[in-house]
Amino acid sequence: MENMVNVFLFGKKYQVPDNLTIMRAMEYAGYELVRGCGCRNGFCGACATIYRIAGDRELKACLACQTKVEDNMYVATLPFFPLVKQVYDIETVNTTEQVMMQLYPEIYACVGCNACTKACTQGLNVMQYIAYAQRGDFEACAEESFDCVMCGVCSSRCPAGISHPQVAMLARRINGKYLAPKCGHLEDRVQEIKDGTFTELIEALMQKPVEEMKELYNTREIEK
Amino acid sequence: MYAEQFQKSLKAVEEAREANIALEPKRMTAQQKEDLLAEFHPDYRKDEFTELKIGPNKGDKVPHELAETLQAHARISAEDVNLENPQYDVDVLIIGGGGAGASAAIEASDAGANVMIVTKLRIGDANTMMAEGGIQAADKPNDSPAIHFVDAFGGGHFAAKRELLRKLVCDAPEAIKWLNELGVEFDKDAEGNMITTHGGGTSRKRMHAAKDYSGAEIMRTLRDEVLNRQIPVVDFTAAVELILDENGKCAGAVLMNMETKELMVARAKTVIIATGGAGRMHYQGFPTSNHYGATADGLVLGYRVGAKLLYAETLQYHPTGAAFPEQIFGALVTEKVRSLGAKLVNANGEVFMHPLETRDVAAASIIRECNARSNGIETGSGLGVWLDTPMIEKIGGEGTIMKRIPAMWRMFDKYGIDIRKEPILVYPTLHYQNGGLDIKEDGETTNIENLFVAGEAVGGIHGRNRLMGNSLLDIIVFGRSAGKNAAQKAKNTQVGTMTLSHIAKFEQEIEDAGIVTDTVSPKLLPSYARK
Ligand SMILES: Cc1cc2nc3c(=O)[nH]c(=O)nc-3n(C[C@H](O)[C@H](O)[C@H](O)COP(=O)(O)OP(=O)(O)OC[C@H]3O[C@@H](n4cnc5c(N)ncnc54)[C@H](O)[C@@H]3O)c2cc1C
Ligand code: SF4
Ligand code: SF4
Ligand code: FES
Repeated sequence: MENMVNVFLFGKKYQVPDNLTIMRAMEYAGYELVRGCGCRNGFCGACATIYRIAGDRELKACLACQTKVEDNMYVATLPFFPLVKQVYDIETVNTTEQVMMQLYPEIYACVGCNACTKACTQGLNVMQYIAYAQRGDFEACAEESFDCVMCGVCSSRCPAGISHPQVAMLARRINGKYLAPKCGHLEDRVQEIKDGTFTELIEALMQKPVEEMKELYNTREIEK
Repeated sequence: MYAEQFQKSLKAVEEAREANIALEPKRMTAQQKEDLLAEFHPDYRKDEFTELKIGPNKGDKVPHELAETLQAHARISAEDVNLENPQYDVDVLIIGGGGAGASAAIEASDAGANVMIVTKLRIGDANTMMAEGGIQAADKPNDSPAIHFVDAFGGGHFAAKRELLRKLVCDAPEAIKWLNELGVEFDKDAEGNMITTHGGGTSRKRMHAAKDYSGAEIMRTLRDEVLNRQIPVVDFTAAVELILDENGKCAGAVLMNMETKELMVARAKTVIIATGGAGRMHYQGFPTSNHYGATADGLVLGYRVGAKLLYAETLQYHPTGAAFPEQIFGALVTEKVRSLGAKLVNANGEVFMHPLETRDVAAASIIRECNARSNGIETGSGLGVWLDTPMIEKIGGEGTIMKRIPAMWRMFDKYGIDIRKEPILVYPTLHYQNGGLDIKEDGETTNIENLFVAGEAVGGIHGRNRLMGNSLLDIIVFGRSAGKNAAQKAKNTQVGTMTLSHIAKFEQEIEDAGIVTDTVSPKLLPSYARK
């Protein structure tokens, strides 16, 4: 038999089986979700949720699709949070630390309270990646923030009004485009294709009867 | 930690681990594969298919659930909207804010078109965001677009439209370059060489990745670029019906606000369907790895105005969906887990197949192992087999899992399973729509002018089965090209008089065919609320 627990969705009490995620518990309670539900598997950040277990001092944050219900859980979803996203041109953007001063100067007002890190639904060291961004160490910021799903929970807790996921997004794009080493074999291959190096080979495949294609496929050499 | 009921089998797996790592299981012969598929692959189960009675693919067989939605009533009738006063008037209308839609939007805006994206949830709430494993491109010296072509053509059972496949493989390196130059962080070594692996059915290591957040990294970068360009994105808004002009050319769409249900009209010179897949249709009762909005809407929109489908009867069941715990039942366990060395092992600790067979073969093989050979493990939600993840750490060295597949580790860690130390339970899950709307090389449908399609909603690029990593590739290659071509076509297009007369015509066909149904479509979202 299923074990039932009490959960309070926006303050209203429902009994739901204890093996459900918060998202499935809402559906069990009868909600037809439109907002606050995207990938249903921890990748899109649509289902940011805050909760408190009755009696606990601590307010916790999570992804509703990734978190099991608990008895006496008070749940409020945060399907939208007004983040600041600055517009820039990736082709001409300044790739030094000054870019943060231009676009997201509020990061320099961080008071080091660590509320963002404590709240992160992905368990990231958010305060640390903001510190890297302040210093213009975009490679470290990119690495530290890589698993961010941009749910915005950290920003909802920040006294300095920082839009952490957008800061990290900028750092990752600068790192990916400008700072990471260039890929030589990729450039070469693009050029070879432009030069028509493979055209004849491909055109031969376009014409080959299916039986010959089968032969080719079934006897192809497979890299170890 | 696994409960008592799993321990006996788990022990067998652990004891056999060293020997299983050393084992190089034989690949199946072509004949063995054919026999296996015919008996165990869900696509071959005749009782699960219905013959379409109306529409451009009349006579073809598709899964029951798809037939029902294709032959359903429209959500609106022509009288419900006023076509005279469109709320939106654009050059290029893009339906769907996933990877294909975003790529198309960026290219269309580059080409100077006035472009708009409408999307059912938020931009990026899409299958693209969920792709973990990676994206193929033949950019290494030992590889070539021709080898890539052979792999994909064979993997798709020699059914791909060759001109589409040619475009896919030849434009692949350029697609990777484009993404990299937008700032996508591919896994590279210190010299900048791409770190690439095998995927099921590849003959060269050409899978590029961004850890196991490949799709997320691509999607969030494309989204950021769309926002930087200030391309209008109308979110929580679904297309519910296409609009044609008096000459039968596509001329826009009727939109519906998902929250208020308000209807709106968008007039457009060209339209791109980029609505993605259909996992949430739960064909044959399978669980799915797909996002919440994967309900085959694009196929319905196209079909009702007369666009043809190709291979709509072929679905991809990913061999390794999570079979345990219940909370993540059906969620994807990326193929990269097998690329990195984990093997599939049955209840007795025996490796029963080569881990890198194509997906359809692997899925059928797991179904056979569980159902016909009774070598599965009862998980509480059904049967499953082991995927022996600790092998990865043994083969690649300690730390490989955290470095290469952190998302996988996190997904199971939440439920107390440390995949570095314990194997996981898997069973096939509904994953990908191989078929879709039939297009020409430029992305336009074969029979409705000014209607373009890109991404998972297209049929024919891959044939009857798709290799891992070729879908992220196709959304970029065909998304970009649809964007460019739709923008170009829009330049020489004058929208005629808009009409929704196809709705009544389709209703008549439903009636004439004697179809009795209460279903309305497109479905938009699955219905999961307990009634
Ligand atoms: C879990 C998972 C893992 C995967 N891993 C890989 C991988 O490793 N490699 C690989 O190559 N491929 C992979 N795939 C497949 C690949 O990610 C998808 O096929 C591809 O991203 C589809 O892109 P798309 O833009 O066509 O559709 P999507 O990204 O799904 O976008 C479609 C968008 O359209 C919206 N939409 C739908 N209907 C409507 C409507 N009526 N009106 C308005 N908007 C609508 C949807 O909400 C969504 O936002 C994976 C898929 C999944 C689900
Ligand atoms: S860093 Fe912020 S936005 Fe990113 S996952 Fe953590 S809480 Fe969410
Ligand atoms: S919550 Fe804001 S102020 Fe506090 S540490 Fe994080 S970034 Fe700094
Ligand atoms: S729904 Fe996407 S993270 Fe929860």
